[in-house]
Amino acid sequence: MDRLKKSPWMLHYDASSCNGCDIEVLACTMPRFDIERFGIINTGNPFHADILLITGGVNAQSAQVVKQIYSQMPNPKVVVAVGICACTGGVFKDCYNILGGIDTVIPVDVYVPGCAARPQSIIDGVLKAVDILEKKKEAQTHE
Amino acid sequence: MAKRSIIPFGPQHPVLPEPIHLDLVLEDEVVVEAIPNIGFVHRGLEKLVKTRGYKQYVYVAERVCGICSFGHGMGYCESVERVMGIDIPRRAKYLRTMWMELSRIHSHLLWLGLLADALGFESLFMQSWRLREKILDIFDATTGGRIIFSVNQIGGVLKDVDRSMLQEIDKTITELEQELTPITNTFLEDALVNNRLRGLGVLTKEQAYTAGAVGPMLRASGVDYDSRETGYAAYNELNFGPIIAIEGDSYARTKVRLAEILQSFEILHELISKIPEGEIAVPVKGNPKGECFVRIEQPRGEAIYYTKGNGTKYLDRFRLRTPTTSNIPPMLDLLKGCQLGDVPLLILTIDPCISCTER
Ligand code: SF4
Repeated sequence: MDRLKKSPWMLHYDASSCNGCDIEVLACTMPRFDIERFGIINTGNPFHADILLITGGVNAQSAQVVKQIYSQMPNPKVVVAVGICACTGGVFKDCYNILGGIDTVIPVDVYVPGCAARPQSIIDGVLKAVDILEKKKEAQTHE
Repeated sequence: MAKRSIIPFGPQHPVLPEPIHLDLVLEDEVVVEAIPNIGFVHRGLEKLVKTRGYKQYVYVAERVCGICSFGHGMGYCESVERVMGIDIPRRAKYLRTMWMELSRIHSHLLWLGLLADALGFESLFMQSWRLREKILDIFDATTGGRIIFSVNQIGGVLKDVDRSMLQEIDKTITELEQELTPITNTFLEDALVNNRLRGLGVLTKEQAYTAGAVGPMLRASGVDYDSRETGYAAYNELNFGPIIAIEGDSYARTKVRLAEILQSFEILHELISKIPEGEIAVPVKGNPKGECFVRIEQPRGEAIYYTKGNGTKYLDRFRLRTPTTSNIPPMLDLLKGCQLGDVPLLILTIDPCISCTER
């Protein structure tokens, strides 16, 4: 990635996590790791967001919310699964109320492993997502 | 009568770091009732004791919540140790207390940041979280993890901390104390913060007691109770007492949490000067049989751990009552009669941790 063509906005949702990855996502927006230096802003509104960061595996109840948020985001959009829970279900995989990783309900573009995922790797994941976002946008304009 | 309307609040909402849903019944701008609906982060952790051995379950217990992760691991270990009659080495007790108090500081700083954010003080939010990073650095240096660091095991702890590291921690804490002063002053003396917090969401002593509030929420209403005094880990050898305030409003809750950070600094200094040499764990043989009930004072209040073993590797039952569960009924009391615009702030003042509550 050489240069970002736009400043992507990100939205964070906790599908069913232990909180560990959520606070690391928040820590990314703090001055120490400062994801905002890439022009990325954390928003609370799905209609404004380009990147969706999801933590935790999904359960029956949160699956609805995840689908709804995903459908509210404008195209093109990318999804980053943060933490091993979001990737596969992780430690909670065998719990009766966990359906599995985020990809059981919506398509995921980038998987960030770790329990809890470190801020550095979250930022890395988000930047990969930005690349994918650019590509998706190009594909869309060529259509 | 004014017309009633219902506003759904959450689960995805800009001020909520975690999903909870409330149906707010409004009369004009005033909330007359709040009906909670939870279950967005329920995983079903307690049942995992059936498929994970009791030693392995420590790692699951730590993932009940990412903020009080250490405390949950410790609570679980304490309860199993008491069932099995294991007496862990004194050094392990001190180390557990140290990580527990560091967790308390980190949790309260995190909360202060969120409060500042809810008040619209972005720089204060970032300053609080900047200080919090120093605590996380200590975790990283002593255990190798920032948030979830898995140092507990049944029978003690997994990692030792040497003298020079302890001195380094002592130094960092002294620095932190100084850096915290301007932040404390802003929270307690700034006119804007005062206007917002004073008199907001008053919970009287009786209300707090009957609704079953715990932790800073209970102490801010003037009830003198801190379950650290029950003397688990090394707390019976340390000097401290419950920190209370009498007003019972949001300001008092902020004040209590700030004072608790300072108190934790004191506890840490004392602990580092007293820590005994020796082993950090004892070997554990056999399986737990019997039941036990342990209380641990988490940053958010009293958590209760119940363990029942049947003599096999797998426990019969593990039950956890978390502080936020007990703080939700008083929160609903607070919300009655408040303005719609104050709802996010009031929810925040109980320091909710939804992933603990729902497990
Ligand atoms: S990956 Fe680990 S830290 Fe992250 S939400 Fe899951 S259990 Fe928590």
